[in-house]
Amino acid sequence: MTRLKLIIITLLIAIAAPFAHAGEAADTASSKINPKEIIFEHLGDRYGWEMPFDHHHSIPLPIIVVASDGLHCFSSACVEHGKSYKDGDITFCIAGEDSKYHGKVVEIAADGEEIKPLDFSITKNACALFITVLIVAGIMLWLAAFLRKHPYKAPRKGLGGVEACVTFIYDGAVKSTLGPKAARFAPYLLTVFFFILVMNLTGLVVIFPGGANLTGNIAVTLVLAICTFLVTNLFANKHYWKEILWPDVPLWLKFPLPIMPVIEIFGMFTKPAALTVRLFANMMGGHMIVITLTLLIFIFSAINPVAGGASTVVSLIFSIFMLLIDVLVSFIQAYVFTLLSAIFIGLANEEHGHEKEAHTAKEIGKDVVDAII
Amino acid sequence: MFGLLAEIAPLVGLGASFGAGIAAIGAGLGIGKIGSAAMEAIARQPEAAGDIRSNMIVIAALVEGVALFAVIVCALALFL
Repeated sequence: MTRLKLIIITLLIAIAAPFAHAGEAADTASSKINPKEIIFEHLGDRYGWEMPFDHHHSIPLPIIVVASDGLHCFSSACVEHGKSYKDGDITFCIAGEDSKYHGKVVEIAADGEEIKPLDFSITKNACALFITVLIVAGIMLWLAAFLRKHPYKAPRKGLGGVEACVTFIYDGAVKSTLGPKAARFAPYLLTVFFFILVMNLTGLVVIFPGGANLTGNIAVTLVLAICTFLVTNLFANKHYWKEILWPDVPLWLKFPLPIMPVIEIFGMFTKPAALTVRLFANMMGGHMIVITLTLLIFIFSAINPVAGGASTVVSLIFSIFMLLIDVLVSFIQAYVFTLLSAIFIGLANEEHGHEKEAHTAKEIGKDVVDAII
Repeated sequence: MFGLLAEIAPLVGLGASFGAGIAAIGAGLGIGKIGSAAMEAIARQPEAAGDIRSNMIVIAALVEGVALFAVIVCALALFL
């Protein structure tokens, strides 16, 4: 009975809240909601990190640019809200909406022209990457220190959970696909799994250490896929390269016009591309749906406060549902990325298995013929 | 001919929405088939349920990846 009361009270507060602001709607009617801009603002990168629950103030992050006269480093608080900042001889500001460098720091030359400098700033996404690295490294080094100090004890509680995850990935995804070579590639694969998992999960948290849409940024997933590409191809067998460049097919498919080798090389690049797009689209899609559902409340409230109230309840339930699915999708996408990387590495390190089998089949045939004769 | 193309240019939104809808249908059909095969397999041999479930989730993620390629192409059509 107390749980039902809790649910009902939550819903009533949720419905009543928009009505409380119905009076204000009249004077803020001029500030139209621009859904596309709000969605891209939440999914994109920015120079400061907004404070929890307060979008007007932000935690300043360093902006590091190489402009026409060298390195400049200043805080993002100097250029937020459209201010321009003069550092030495050069004025910097964040380009406005009608510029082709919208949202990025540009230097303003003497004739008012915007030049884009080389930008190495620690933006929100870069800062979140560092935080993710600290979290993953911290947890794993803690586990390693525990196991080094107590080599025959099983960890309990928090560390036990971490070890259970590591064992799940190692036994389930890495050892079962790679077999005897698992120990060689396990560091990379386990790192990729935990890195993607922590990036996805922190992207779902709303406030400060989380909230950066990292895996929904194609640059991040592209780099992860490039890492898999490099590990697959740099540690591959000679047999693997032979299969790509001079495959076991009829001569007309590979000699004057290298049709099969070109197809194989193309296939070599589509695998990381698929990894990139799968992870990127899943995570960006999840975030976009949640933001859109939340924006629906504001769009409907602008039309009619009653519709706003009703859509609040519906939108809230759907948003929570989508966020829970997003947590599940975070795990699944990290697992699938790791599993597919393991499979590609396994494929690149295959032995001469099938040639040996053909040999024994011929021998078996010979034995049968001899036995009959 | 280019005049006709210029006239139908605003329909790119329509095309992108149809594309995303068809991608969703494709994903639904594919994952439905995977799910039904997994259910039948678990019904035949309940002690293999854990193995079957892990494989089902992996393959569902792959099929969904393909559907999401289509969604990305539709989004690109809208914004490029």
